[in-house]
Amino acid sequence: MNRRLAIFPLFYTLLVMIPVYWLITISLQARGSASESLVLSNPSLDNFRYILSEPDWYLGYVNALIYVTINVVISVSVALPAAYAFSRFRFPGNHLLFFALLMLRMMVPAILLVPFVQMFSTLNLIDTHIAVAVSHCFFTIPLAIWILEGFISEVPVEMDESAAIDGYSVFGFFRKLLLPQIATGIAVTAFFCFMFSWIEFLLSNALTTIDAKPFGGIMTRVGSVMSANVPLLAAAGVLGIVPGVILAIGIRHHLARGFSLGRVG
Amino acid sequence: MQSTHHNKTAWLYLLPAIVVLIAVGVVPIAFVIFYSLHDTFGGNVFIWAGGQWYAQVLSSAEFYQSVLRSLGFALLVLSVQIPLGIFIALRMPKSGLLTTIIIVLLSIPMLTPVIVVGYLWKAMVQPGTGLLYQSLYSVGITLDMNSTLWTWSVLLLMDTWHWTGLVVLLCYARLRAIPNAYYQAAAIDSAGAWAVFRYIQLPRLKLVLAIAVLLRFMDSFTLYTEPYVISRGGPGVSTTFLSHELVQTGLVQFDLGKAGAMAVIYFLIVIFISAAFYRLVMPKREVLALQSKGIA
Repeated sequence: MNRRLAIFPLFYTLLVMIPVYWLITISLQARGSASESLVLSNPSLDNFRYILSEPDWYLGYVNALIYVTINVVISVSVALPAAYAFSRFRFPGNHLLFFALLMLRMMVPAILLVPFVQMFSTLNLIDTHIAVAVSHCFFTIPLAIWILEGFISEVPVEMDESAAIDGYSVFGFFRKLLLPQIATGIAVTAFFCFMFSWIEFLLSNALTTIDAKPFGGIMTRVGSVMSANVPLLAAAGVLGIVPGVILAIGIRHHLARGFSLGRVG
Repeated sequence: MQSTHHNKTAWLYLLPAIVVLIAVGVVPIAFVIFYSLHDTFGGNVFIWAGGQWYAQVLSSAEFYQSVLRSLGFALLVLSVQIPLGIFIALRMPKSGLLTTIIIVLLSIPMLTPVIVVGYLWKAMVQPGTGLLYQSLYSVGITLDMNSTLWTWSVLLLMDTWHWTGLVVLLCYARLRAIPNAYYQAAAIDSAGAWAVFRYIQLPRLKLVLAIAVLLRFMDSFTLYTEPYVISRGGPGVSTTFLSHELVQTGLVQFDLGKAGAMAVIYFLIVIFISAAFYRLVMPKREVLALQSKGIA
């Protein structure tokens, strides 16, 4: 680590930002007049206005928000007790189970796709938010358990013991003592479940047709024609990036933790 | 904490997560195994087929080629992103507003929906209008997406743009936890930059590097959406990776048996690689947890 001005990281960050900047400049141009260069001429928010006023488009974001929210609620609520168990108990099979979690995180969505389609059609759940939310659980729950386990392990065991002496019930202990201690951990976990569910495409697109179609599916439909409206697609892309960036600023000190499955930072 | 009473409590806490994970992990895999052993003629009639699908997949040259392509791509990704990520992390200032800004900005590609990443890079290489195309053209190079070499280079560049931030973030988080005393001691011994890296920094990066390598390997080995959008698996089949091949067989050709056998083999490869890495990561997990407690 050096104390000099970080020339190389700054230069690399600048390079990384160029495509993002380019995407934004295109999104601010009208169809056809798009020079698609880095220089912004006659910027307008028309593409964004169009997306936010056209139900076909904005419902794509609403749908994604709905299934992502359901997923976050399921993931965090089942992962919390599980993470507590991994943090506080040494039980037979705990290493094997922790490994099984890693394997699920590494599971390939393409492998699960066909069975998911079959399962959710049998249950009549194709094209519902719940189908996408549940299918994403195979990677969000392991992630949530791993992140939360790290945060819970930082809380001294003495707290559990004194709570038991003070006569707290299990729920009382979780709600009144543990949750306030790991509030940051819950926020970080929720962020990463949100994020990985929000950016996923294959499952969310294949399990939906119309009513629960996320913006990604709408982008492919619009983008697959030859005369695709590029500035409009760019605006749709920018809107897809915005939620993550805003939330990331909120948990900026914990980004490494989530991206490393809770193992670092 | 070792009593049976506690063991039972532990399983009670684990139960909700296990139930959901069985439904979304174990059951689908059971389905895939079932398909791989049966033949179907539309509808829901399944006839026992034994190992014929496995025999077919394992004797198909296309399958091996897509395995090799995925493996090759993953190794290329590692060989570029890991050194680059370490290099950037080493040069980051230890703290401050600038560092925070760099970290948030480097995270932006990772927080971008993968379909948007696909379309953005498809637009980047669009002949005539694409930013990358234009930039190369202005220095007299023609980017040709009909060439296998160019397509692979673009996918590698795209993935590097997308994910190198992960390596930077992980290494940076670990590096900043190294106490200053180590560097002071190195300065007293007048150790050079390489010696500091080799004997102080690298040993402490081992664990995070194992995690970064595992995550980067798996996610690039199983890449689907971006090549699907940018190159459609082409030119020819030169960027048809394993996931693409599997989705084609399962959902487009609706060849459940063959797709099932492919998926099972794919899954076994993933387990095997995860297990190899788990041995690297796990023994030190407890150690790291203790360390982070000590620091916090």
